[in-house]
Amino acid sequence: MTEQLLLYPLLLQMFLAIVLMFSWSRISWQKGISIIGSFLNLGVAVWLFSHVWENGTQTIQAGNWAPPFGITFVADSLSATLVLLTSIAGVAVSSFSSASVIPSRLKFGYFPIFHFLLLGLNGAFLTGDIFNLYVWFEIIIITSFVLLTIGGEKAQLEGAMKYFTLNILASVIFLTAIAVLYGLTGSLNMADLAGKVAAVENRTLIQVNALLFLIGFGIKSAVFPLYFWLPASYHTPPSAVSSIFGGLLTKVGVYALLRVFTLIFELDTFLQNVLLTIAVLTLFSGAIGALVQNNIRKMFSYLVICHIGYMIAGLGMMTEVAIAGAIFYLIHDILVKTNLFMVTGVIYKLKATNSMKKLGGLYADQPLLSLLFAIPLFSLVGIPPLSGFWPKLSLIGAGFETGNYVLIGAILFASFLTLFVVVRFWAEVFWKNGEKVEKIRNFPYFNKLRNYKKFQIIGPIVFLSIITLYVGFGAENIQALATRISYELMNSEGYIDAVFSNARIMEK
Amino acid sequence: MRTLILKTASNYMLPLLLVFSVFILLRGHYLPGGGFVGGLIASIAFVLHAFANGLETTKELIRIHPGFLMPTGLGLAFVSGIGPLFTDKPFMTGLWFPELPPPLSVLGNIGTALFFDIGVYFVVLGVTLTIIFSISEST
Repeated sequence: MTEQLLLYPLLLQMFLAIVLMFSWSRISWQKGISIIGSFLNLGVAVWLFSHVWENGTQTIQAGNWAPPFGITFVADSLSATLVLLTSIAGVAVSSFSSASVIPSRLKFGYFPIFHFLLLGLNGAFLTGDIFNLYVWFEIIIITSFVLLTIGGEKAQLEGAMKYFTLNILASVIFLTAIAVLYGLTGSLNMADLAGKVAAVENRTLIQVNALLFLIGFGIKSAVFPLYFWLPASYHTPPSAVSSIFGGLLTKVGVYALLRVFTLIFELDTFLQNVLLTIAVLTLFSGAIGALVQNNIRKMFSYLVICHIGYMIAGLGMMTEVAIAGAIFYLIHDILVKTNLFMVTGVIYKLKATNSMKKLGGLYADQPLLSLLFAIPLFSLVGIPPLSGFWPKLSLIGAGFETGNYVLIGAILFASFLTLFVVVRFWAEVFWKNGEKVEKIRNFPYFNKLRNYKKFQIIGPIVFLSIITLYVGFGAENIQALATRISYELMNSEGYIDAVFSNARIMEK
Repeated sequence: MRTLILKTASNYMLPLLLVFSVFILLRGHYLPGGGFVGGLIASIAFVLHAFANGLETTKELIRIHPGFLMPTGLGLAFVSGIGPLFTDKPFMTGLWFPELPPPLSVLGNIGTALFFDIGVYFVVLGVTLTIIFSISEST
């Protein structure tokens, strides 16, 4: 049973999506199936994580074809952690969307597509084959495109066009890079590529190839010159959709960068400098972009970009401490960003506006909710001992070790600007006496909702906030996990051995 | 545009094309063909019928909503993928049944790969028909 454990998250999501498609027109069934299924998936992900934690990297050969010919699925600590985080976010967003997304959107297959998206995310984290990674990326793009456009508002379509154009471009670049790599080495298995790429004599071509991967994944993870699609599209769909996008989609790009540049390509000084420059510019431009926004969802979209910079910085420094910092930040960021986009959804439900100027007086109206919202907000800033503080400590420490003082400056600058943006958000939305916002008739205000719906909306925020608090207060455990992942990434022999030696071809 | 020639021809073409699509589906394991092409040919059969006799007639002929074929096909492919799991082999391993006696041996080798292909056939048929039906309904 446990031999194929790492496939269960994939199979379960696929199964859920099929069942949900069968109950296409029964929205209330879909809500129940989606929530129960997400909890099941969380259980499976916890099981997988504890199994990988105790027994090390797990592999399986799909179709029983020996590596490097078949498609390998690999669950090392990084993959297992990300699958766990995906399923945590999946539980939260599934519950949140069943209460907050309006029925006219749900009836166009929202839930089946949502579970296909989770399938794509899990697949991307678990695959050990670079072409298979591309296929999972395609699944992610197609499903996210449907989720972006469900509802068909003009703003949504406009955002979706920008999103789709740039992401398809990224996919084409990624595919080209795979083609070149295959032409050079004749292999697609990532563990096999690790050895073969090092043996290729034409180093220039390998460098160009590495840059192609960098550009492809860079667009997907929304780093400096190529991030324009993100703030143009993330504020248009329902907030449940933005929360899964903001929490997980860009992180897949970061995951792919981490995987490709630790396993397949060796970072030389040139690539390291490119990554570090990108990190600095991403930190600057994201933070400054967030500063001028009035729409709260756009503001958080820019903060998503800004904080990708931390992870790229960790990768660029390429020391064990720095990568551990990047991994810790990744864990923290997925939880907090998912949560914050849900918070903006609740704020919209309370006041029927996203404009920071018009909002106000939330603390007077809803003191308890405001205190709850304070947890993700101040975790994002990283006020010690909340979760955002610890990875920055590692990153700055690694910066001093490697002598990247400009980067340290950028990290501090982005942290201060994030602090400023969040404090301003807090002052404007919660403490200021807001303008009288006109009540819209027939708008599903939060206070008018039934109690169980209120619970479905607030429950996920409480759930994610508790986990965020754990990440902050139990930081030594998360740090131990991040250090272990970082060790595995820096010493990829373990990964390669697991693929080739543990991959027992089962006897016919 | 309804012409008598097209209408008469389409009544003969429908079963012919369907049989041909099944032929292509079965041929696909070692030779060009397979579930995807087979599904496309089958959907062409229905689309041709819809052009000649009107959408309503075709819908009555199919009876079920074509969208229903999508989860059916996905389910079939899914089951054929997880089938090997119960015999302790990895996901998607091809399992083959012993060769069939003469009248049925025309089908070729029967195994999980064939059921996967049949699943693809249904998905492609369902998707194509749903797209074409909804486009022609909205105009």
